[in-house]
Amino acid sequence: MGSHSELNSNEPKSMTLTLKIWRQPGPQSQGHFEEYKVDGIIADMSFLEMMDVLNQKLITSGVDPVSFDHDCREGICGTCLMVINGAAHGPDKGVTTCQLHMRRFNDGDTIVIEPARATAFPIIKDLSIDRSALDRITAEGGFISVSTGNAPDANAIPIRKENSDLAMDAAACIGCGACVASCKNASAMLYTSAKISHFALLPQGQPERTERVLGMVKQMDLEGFGNCTNTGACEAACPKEISLENIARMNREYLRAMLTSRK
Amino acid sequence: MSNSENRKLESGTPKGPLSDKWTDYKFDSKLVNPSNKRKFSVIVVGTGLAGASAASTLAELGYKVKAITMHDSPRRAHSIAAQGGINAAKNYQNDGDSVYRLFYDTIKGGDYRSREANVHRLAEVSVNIIDQCVAQGVPFARDYGGLLANRSFGGAQVSRTFYARGQTGQQLLIGAYHSLMRMVGQKKVDLLERREMLDLVVIDGKARGVIVRNLITGETERHVADAVLICTGGYSNAYYLSTSARMSNATAAWRCHKRGAAFANPCYVQIHPTCIPVSGEHQSKLTLMSESLRNDGRVWVPKAQGDKRPPGQIPDSERDYYLERIYPSFGNLAPRDVSSRAAKRLCDEGRGVGRSGLAVYLDFRDAIKRDGRDAVAAKYGNLFDMYHHITDENPYEVPMRIYPAIHYTMGGLWVDYNLMSNVPGLFVLGEANFSDHGANRLGASALMQGLADGYFVIPATLSNYLGATKLEKVDTQHAAFTEAENDVKASVEKLISNKGTRTVDDFHRELGKILWDKVGMGRTEAGLKEALQQIPKLREEYHSGVKILGDKNDYNQELEKAGRVADFFELGELMARDALMRDESCGGHFREEHQTADGEAIRNDEKYAFVGAWFYEGAGKEPTLVKEELKFENVTPSVRSYK
Repeated sequence: MGSHSELNSNEPKSMTLTLKIWRQPGPQSQGHFEEYKVDGIIADMSFLEMMDVLNQKLITSGVDPVSFDHDCREGICGTCLMVINGAAHGPDKGVTTCQLHMRRFNDGDTIVIEPARATAFPIIKDLSIDRSALDRITAEGGFISVSTGNAPDANAIPIRKENSDLAMDAAACIGCGACVASCKNASAMLYTSAKISHFALLPQGQPERTERVLGMVKQMDLEGFGNCTNTGACEAACPKEISLENIARMNREYLRAMLTSRK
Repeated sequence: MSNSENRKLESGTPKGPLSDKWTDYKFDSKLVNPSNKRKFSVIVVGTGLAGASAASTLAELGYKVKAITMHDSPRRAHSIAAQGGINAAKNYQNDGDSVYRLFYDTIKGGDYRSREANVHRLAEVSVNIIDQCVAQGVPFARDYGGLLANRSFGGAQVSRTFYARGQTGQQLLIGAYHSLMRMVGQKKVDLLERREMLDLVVIDGKARGVIVRNLITGETERHVADAVLICTGGYSNAYYLSTSARMSNATAAWRCHKRGAAFANPCYVQIHPTCIPVSGEHQSKLTLMSESLRNDGRVWVPKAQGDKRPPGQIPDSERDYYLERIYPSFGNLAPRDVSSRAAKRLCDEGRGVGRSGLAVYLDFRDAIKRDGRDAVAAKYGNLFDMYHHITDENPYEVPMRIYPAIHYTMGGLWVDYNLMSNVPGLFVLGEANFSDHGANRLGASALMQGLADGYFVIPATLSNYLGATKLEKVDTQHAAFTEAENDVKASVEKLISNKGTRTVDDFHRELGKILWDKVGMGRTEAGLKEALQQIPKLREEYHSGVKILGDKNDYNQELEKAGRVADFFELGELMARDALMRDESCGGHFREEHQTADGEAIRNDEKYAFVGAWFYEGAGKEPTLVKEELKFENVTPSVRSYK
């Protein structure tokens, strides 16, 4: 809206870009890369605003716009994962696609944009994928069983600040699936271990720790995610910089559960 | 669908002293015995804080629950983006807080335009919310002793806000999502993702189901139930630019309105003072910088008009820390409506900063000097990073530039004390209803309300309804389902077969500009009358001129948007109509004709101490206004002063 625009004093530098974008009409159809030119892209635009510019242009010229999922556009909902020049969420460290800005690119660049690829994340259309496998992992133990109304006073159990902070670090996961997209084995261990760590670090999480790790790991395998070979690609790609330490903690939890479970 | 006997609105507030009402209500209410609960089915639309907490809690109680979300996962709902915190009257800080004080602050903050009994209940259950969330494992901030930490928010002089860094909404939503997924895993909730509710099915005057569109296949589906809960958030995106997520929309609520549910106070819109300013025409959404930043950030503009020096070169003596100057007792934590208008006034005077002059500074220099950079980073690190990513400026070194933006809508579907609309069996929770925030919401109260409604209010009020109501057995073959589904199919067909030339976004941006200019921060009779001419005209152009490609039986994001924008046109007109009717200034509704010499709002309690609820009368017909008088038995409405 021009009436309250924060316009640049120097006329903003405008870029022309070549986009190579994965187009795939549906889950069963054959996909391919399509090349598009966009111009008038300025440094202050977010990557998704650049995609908006492309789609407006495509619609006007009668071409089906590119399907891509996105929502909050402030880096927290986790919807907007796409693979940009081979990197989940693009080249910047610790940001989601929606927080990547076009100042990161140069006039004349070619950008390759494709969906995250994993057996457990089927493609719906173009860049949109189905990540419901992550929800199904959560449903197998990613919670504390406390029905509403059963809670003691919030300050009844003091929690060591360090543990609480570490739990928060793990709980900061946005469920975007960048860890899966960047892993050569398409493993969901960083996602799953972040949730297991979050609860393992809190006193409230203790009663169910055995069932939790066994249930979630079993579901992770059933969904077709691969195993972890400790390359650390997931941590490097994670927009919330979730630590690989969580996987180590999950492995310890799993070992402990295997030894102590009565099932 | 509406007929005249529906046009009465009774709040159903229980009798008795304020502090006993909720306790008495629960004792007097009808119960459904545990083994009978499984015979009742409930549809919950939306899985944000209100929806996820309601769906999981009702399933725990034994009801058969279907949870419907337009997202790919319940965890994506926009509650996730709330940053600063959640209020609760715990008084852990020993600073004089109490349930009554939280009640009082919320009534006053809402500029005496909310219902006393609802607000008191909200304050009462606030303490249970914190207990519940901690038990779920929500990692709230803690002190070194291991106990919970608090901070302050606008409009309050106590520290009652609980927080999880700058991601409180995320952590609370993830907590509710965990509870919901637990119920999904136990097959007690049937979770339907990527489905959008496009109509309400009313049978014998009662809400009995919904029509949804499967967003992946385009198929319409019928779902039947004994009650329907709308938990679909607010309508900020009518303005195109707001802090809401791109998919946030009013369609579910609006389609309920068109089936007879009254829409209350649509003109009450919150404009948040601290958002990142617009950077150009390409802007697709606005990003909030949490109110919590005003605990440590100081808001200022240069004293001189047109002072274009970089902020670091402007000495303190030439800075106007205007919130501290005008509102010494609340300072930088003056409420949102008051702070937003102050920023606009100064920018209108030519004292705004940045290249457009439509921004003010939020400066952390003094906090960094006092507490150190690390301490500031520990509290606000993720917000500073977000600001840095978006603007390419480092807020540790230069002050943030901020400007008000549309953030929240206090208006919504009318509900009674049970959170039930005037259509029996249709309940409305969270931001989608109008009930608790009056004309202005205080910071950190949206999360509180969403979770209060879902965890603690609806379990009691729903059982009261189901226990007291005779419900005929109906199924999805009923004629009302067929009619509603046909209506949905026809409206989808109409949009997709249109042969226009302009995109949905193009029209939406134009609608947004009309609303921002005329139904935004400052409203006038003349401007609102113009808006009431412009909106219907643009709406007509939209229905003949919009261009949507692709197939209706496919994942078609443009088609989804098109339906939502069609509803924003109708709702936008109602917002302007309501703002014109309300010839006073109150909270977020500022009629420029009604202000003091120094620009403060002038309320008119004699004429406007009512809830303005509108009934839909059919396409092209004027809606009917029904007034619910607000009675203040405990608090005396006064001039709201934060000086």
